[in-house]
Amino acid sequence: MDLSAINPLLFVAGFLVAATPLIFAAIGELVAEKSGVLNLGVEGMMITGAICGFATAVETGSPLLGFAAAAAGGAALSLLFAFLTQVTLANQVASGLALTLFGLGLSALLGQGYVGVKPPRLGDIDFGPLADIPVIGPILFTHDIILYLGIALVAGVWVLLRFTRAGLILRAVGESHNAAHALGYKVRRIRTLAIVFGGACAGLGGAYISLIRVPQWTEGMTAGVGWIALALVVFASWKPWRLLLGAYLFGGITQLQLNLQGAGVAIPVEYLAMSPYLITILVLVILSADKSAAPASLGRNFHASG
Amino acid sequence: MKLSTILTSATLALGLATGAVAQDKTKVGFVYVGPVGDGGWTYEHDQGRLAVEEEFGDKVETVYVENVAEGPDSERVMTQMALDGADLIFTTSFGYMDPTINVAKKFPDVKFEHATGYKRADNVSTYSARFYEGRAIQGLIAGHMTESNIIGYIGSFPIPEVIRGINSAFIHARKVNPDVQFKIVWAYTWFDPAKEADAAKVLIEQGADVVLQHTDSTAPQAAAQEAGNVITFGQASDMAQYGPKPRVSSIIDDWAPYYIERTRAVMDGTWESTDTWDGIGAGMVGIGEISDAVPADVKAEALELKEKIASGEYHPFTGPLNKQDGSEWLADGEVADDGTLAGMNFYVEGLEGTIPQ
Repeated sequence: MDLSAINPLLFVAGFLVAATPLIFAAIGELVAEKSGVLNLGVEGMMITGAICGFATAVETGSPLLGFAAAAAGGAALSLLFAFLTQVTLANQVASGLALTLFGLGLSALLGQGYVGVKPPRLGDIDFGPLADIPVIGPILFTHDIILYLGIALVAGVWVLLRFTRAGLILRAVGESHNAAHALGYKVRRIRTLAIVFGGACAGLGGAYISLIRVPQWTEGMTAGVGWIALALVVFASWKPWRLLLGAYLFGGITQLQLNLQGAGVAIPVEYLAMSPYLITILVLVILSADKSAAPASLGRNFHASG
Repeated sequence: MKLSTILTSATLALGLATGAVAQDKTKVGFVYVGPVGDGGWTYEHDQGRLAVEEEFGDKVETVYVENVAEGPDSERVMTQMALDGADLIFTTSFGYMDPTINVAKKFPDVKFEHATGYKRADNVSTYSARFYEGRAIQGLIAGHMTESNIIGYIGSFPIPEVIRGINSAFIHARKVNPDVQFKIVWAYTWFDPAKEADAAKVLIEQGADVVLQHTDSTAPQAAAQEAGNVITFGQASDMAQYGPKPRVSSIIDDWAPYYIERTRAVMDGTWESTDTWDGIGAGMVGIGEISDAVPADVKAEALELKEKIASGEYHPFTGPLNKQDGSEWLADGEVADDGTLAGMNFYVEGLEGTIPQ
């Protein structure tokens, strides 16, 4: 065992990166669920965003354009879900699952010419002297702009839901769509916007994997992050900061267990490998002892006649 | 992947396959653990499937289902394939072993071929490649090339096939560089690019300048490329797009001749349950071109080792070798028998850490 082999600075910086795709996907789904829509297509939207972003970044040479395309791709796919559930009133669970299957197939098709291609690198932001601060500098100020965008998005969603009228309306739609409708709010339009936001966020999360975390295109490369994001939203009791904490906890312990393995720590590897799931669930379950409930209309379709 | 094949696999996966099979065609099914576009393990199996189609043309029909989880789900997929009239089914991952045996019991007329396992039945053959022969060559190159003397190794699952690879690479790295150390990280997945990349990054952060992988995607290659001065080896497939550096060589699985031969045996009615374990000599394991990033003398030494293994003159597990705890395994000049290799569950002397049980 040689714990000195683990560089704590690289480790923390590493898990911030590892958690970012999860943060994007989960915060988008949180907004959708707050509006009363359960979209199980996160995985499909992520992988679609991953390839849209990757292809665009490779073709244009601009990673930022790639991220924009990823958001657009994820949002476009989510519009399909919005059409199915908000216009044709199809079952949300079935539509979401179909969206995941569709997204996986579509991305494999789109990605045919991109296997083995190296994407352009998105540079880190230059914070000047801030990056030279001992310990804090290398951890906090050596990342790309998208990582900070993820954190800003969590803060933005928190402010929106807690302090703004728009957030209140969104929550009202999610809690009781009939009451919101009676007050004159356009339930389906608001939900569609929330779905599209969720899709764009999932797309960004997917592109963060294909452009920064790995960086390459491989079929099915999101490998289940979308499902973890879905679970995280529930365990975080639909609260943005808790979601951020959960994502960092999950990313952190995942990285930690790989580091400990590399350093040869004498804990059985099976326990290390399952620890991220266990600890994240445990912490969030303890935190959610305050009985925060799911949005009351979650997963229920709305029709004005109802 | 063609749209039509996506649709084929999608309908199969949903259990909606039409089942309109002409009786005179031999139907061959393949069960894959990853996507055919993984650029590694599953990609090579699918190349084998395409070779079968090419060889027999109209006389065969092949079907495949990709991304099949090891365990109960695979049993369902195999059952569906058998019900849909498959005559021969290749199940291409270690974790399909028990499911294959279970399904084979229910369909005695269907022939099954399970890759990398050790359980057989009257209608279940096993086949595998001696990847450890290729690992010996990787170990030799890695031992020569490392400057930090730390070689990172991404393991998938602690099964004999993977442990053989680690031991073989380690023995040959130590032979040329007595100071070399292995850091082993178990990813507990065959295919998860993000996790594989993370594992590679962690190993590199901890000082490894050579990363060997026993997982299926090219993600560790990308991570090594990003990190700079690190070398890697293609796994299962050539992964030449990452050459000449980080990828300096590779182990390539070539299943095509075997798949063609076995399909022909089913057509002729000569199929029997067998156990096939071929290596470099028989062509089942190929060594990808050694790139110019490797010094010429090291390359020559590696190629010489390859020749010796191919001709049978040298076996990668030749004594004197001790087990990790220091007890004697092979005496001087003694060669490991296949039985021990097939069930290998111990590290050789010099490796650190314990194998997860």
